[in-house]
Amino acid sequence: MNFGMIRYVLGWVLLCEGALLLLPAAVSLGCGESAVWALLGAAALCGAFGGLLVCRKPKNRVMYQREGFVITALAWIAISIMGALPFLFTGDIKNPVDALFETVSGFTTTGASILMDVEVLPRGLLFWRSFTHWIGGMGVLVFLLTVLPMTGGHAGGSHVNLMKAESPGPQVEKLVPKVKSTAAILYGIYIALTAMQIVLLLAGGMTAFEAVTTAFGTAGTGGFGIRNDSIASYSPYLQSVVTVFMILFGINFNVYFLLLLGKFKKAFSVEEVRWYFGIIAAAILFITFDIRTMYSGFGEALRHAAFQVGSIITTTGFATTDFDVWPMASKTILVMLMFIGACAGSTGGGIKVSRLVILHRTFRQERRRHLHPSRISVTTMDGKVIPPDVVRTTNVFMVAYVLIFFWSMLLISLNGFDFTTNFTAIAATLNNIGPGLAQVGPTCNFAAFSGFSKLVLIFDMLAGRLELFPLLLLFTRDTWRRF
Amino acid sequence: MRIILVGCGKVGRALARQLSEENHNVTVIDTNPEKITQLTEELDVLGVTGNGASNAILTEAGMDHADVLIAVTGSDELNLLCCMFAKKTGHCHAIARVRNPMYSHQLDFIKQQLGISTIINPELTAAREISRLLRFPAASQIDTFAEGRVRLIKFELQPQHRLDGVALREIPQKLGADILICAVEREQDVWIPDGNFVLHSGDLVSFVATQEKAVAFFEMLHLPTHPVRSALVVGGGVIGYYLTKELLEHGIAVRIVDKDASRCEVLATDLPKATVLHGDVADRQFLREAGLEQTEAFVSLTELDEENILLSLFAKKHTNAKLVAKVNRLEFDDVLDGLNVGSIVYPKYMVCDFVIQYVRALQNDAGSNLKTLYRILDDRVEALEFTVQEESAATAAPLMKLKLKPNQLICCIMRGNKVIIPRGADRIQVGDSVIVVTLEHGLKDIRDILAHG
Repeated sequence: MNFGMIRYVLGWVLLCEGALLLLPAAVSLGCGESAVWALLGAAALCGAFGGLLVCRKPKNRVMYQREGFVITALAWIAISIMGALPFLFTGDIKNPVDALFETVSGFTTTGASILMDVEVLPRGLLFWRSFTHWIGGMGVLVFLLTVLPMTGGHAGGSHVNLMKAESPGPQVEKLVPKVKSTAAILYGIYIALTAMQIVLLLAGGMTAFEAVTTAFGTAGTGGFGIRNDSIASYSPYLQSVVTVFMILFGINFNVYFLLLLGKFKKAFSVEEVRWYFGIIAAAILFITFDIRTMYSGFGEALRHAAFQVGSIITTTGFATTDFDVWPMASKTILVMLMFIGACAGSTGGGIKVSRLVILHRTFRQERRRHLHPSRISVTTMDGKVIPPDVVRTTNVFMVAYVLIFFWSMLLISLNGFDFTTNFTAIAATLNNIGPGLAQVGPTCNFAAFSGFSKLVLIFDMLAGRLELFPLLLLFTRDTWRRF
Repeated sequence: MRIILVGCGKVGRALARQLSEENHNVTVIDTNPEKITQLTEELDVLGVTGNGASNAILTEAGMDHADVLIAVTGSDELNLLCCMFAKKTGHCHAIARVRNPMYSHQLDFIKQQLGISTIINPELTAAREISRLLRFPAASQIDTFAEGRVRLIKFELQPQHRLDGVALREIPQKLGADILICAVEREQDVWIPDGNFVLHSGDLVSFVATQEKAVAFFEMLHLPTHPVRSALVVGGGVIGYYLTKELLEHGIAVRIVDKDASRCEVLATDLPKATVLHGDVADRQFLREAGLEQTEAFVSLTELDEENILLSLFAKKHTNAKLVAKVNRLEFDDVLDGLNVGSIVYPKYMVCDFVIQYVRALQNDAGSNLKTLYRILDDRVEALEFTVQEESAATAAPLMKLKLKPNQLICCIMRGNKVIIPRGADRIQVGDSVIVVTLEHGLKDIRDILAHG
């Protein structure tokens, strides 16, 4: 384990966060709030710690997969801790665990909150809350890869391991030969889509502040709103814009790259995206039919169904209506969508459509093999053989996912809440969604949980965002051995 | 530059490493997914699994926008096919590796007919280098510039050369030799020396000179300057074949040994003048019988690097012959320095050097052209030959007034047929070829040697 390099990259991550904190500080300053000092203080602390860590360059700059994974996990923990400071400094959140929960929820693009009333928060903090979604959506290390000249020298370009550990999906692949250019292209697409949404929201009459924060919440598929009722009080036009963009940010970004290259045929034939749209369409149709009597007309039912389906499958977690009062079948579908999640290589969370496609195909293959034990067959996706390694890690991922799920449920059941609350609370955090059902439904929040439960949920959010293994490695003893 | 590399064998890997370190966008293609995974994790390159001669795979690898395609798979025919497709569908330069001796005399024909930019034959290049070494055995490495007129020669300084403790500026008076020492390797360090640099015995000294001057210099040092008269070549592979042919043409008696009887028959048919011996080289008695003690040169070219090194060590103990060993995999090359096994030839490096020179020359289409590139002294020093095609800051003043970056040395200027070992008052002119030795990597233009500002 190359501890020098881990320290060095962590230092850069903190410096990066310090710089990013200046943006909400500027917003705060523009609004004339006293929160600007809290934000600047946190930025200064990030700068100081970061500076301390990077001041000595490591001699050995080689990073293997294990360093990549450990750096990613530690970086996310570090930015969460530092990102929680502004909330504590202003005193808007008094309990450190609560502040950490709110920040982790932000960076992991979960959007679960412990705040009863967000409208009283200073604008600088509201902006920071939404901005954490945007940073966490594409990933802070991917950002770091675009700005830092880290690759080069004889050490080799193993920085791809950072991207692999942070980007979601069973198979992370570069778009172009250089990690740096790949990261820049991803962020370019991300920024362009966010800007497009901001313009459309402004056109619908939102104020600039609302448009930017809402777009951040959508782009990262996070779900922090700046109003207590999330998106419900905005006009139908604005809700539709958010619906469309939530679904767009849940698509694999490789598709946008293919579109940019003009390879339309290839872009539209990506199997994962076809499945993704198929699932969304089927869910919307069914729920619209199921809830048609609850709203004034078919159009309104369709709008609410589409918004909630888009919000849940992309793991955003915005709400336009209290879906906790919907019929059981619709609620069950929403819970199922929670687990499915968005596409690999998007900003969304969950198990990911591509993993389910792989699992589905392995399952089919296994059944066939039971009929013909000597049959040899391969699983394919997009006309390519899925390497056995990927199939194996996908299976192991599912096992680890289920294990974490049940252990977390056992631990938070100590609060004494009902089963639906416990189950959907874990589902909503491990899949980075935000709201669940019952006591954690769209109109309620996570404030009622004990400090210990919140720590468990924090772990789940981080594990869900980093897709389990980077975080689990921190708890593996071999990780910390020098040899 | 966008470069597609087909084939991730030994050469492919070395090329991918070097090219991605020089900041090119490299995409590698191989049929073996494991090789692709390994390479993409190790280097900042993109991998595509599949057959490089398939149009779909080439398109996926970005054929439409590629600048260069390099085909270095194990099969000559596949390499040619890849390049042919690349040439027809894309608009890129195509470089193929072709090493089968059957094709070697029709390379120009193939190049023209298929429209391939360049064909590389590392085995032939290696054989030529070994042949040069055997014809000038006191040198441990020889690189040539300007169609062979100027040589960069490396040799080890021995106590009897009486240069111990001599500063470089004293050499012309002391020996009257017109040579320029351009790089010195001492233990782990490499210097581009100036006039005050003091030599020690044990230094590995590289100098630039014409063939005649080098001979004169070595005569002053009482080093042998005549070619070897006999050579024992162990290993009858492709290099062994080329080398034997080359040596026989120069009138050197060759005995070539291989352990495969049918290969020996082929060699005996194709090389009637050589003595072809069939036997196991790991057998001490057999080697002695083959004339190990009498030969003036011992060249080990078997498939196994380890065997080559061991054979060289064995031969060193029992003869005073000039030793040359071939090493293909370079993973452990740093331990070889300490072993002192005579000259070592790395065919893989030669391909890399050539391709990198080609790519750098492509990047720089104006001003001056990079004609030749060698990386000497295990990669740390580059020796480059530029042709100066237009006026620039580098041609504006005499050399002593030029502000060079540190660790650069202009060691030779070729003007027409004249070879000038430059002194401070000389000046670079348009049309000259200039040889520069540098510790810096990545020079593309003669102007790159100047310090900025």
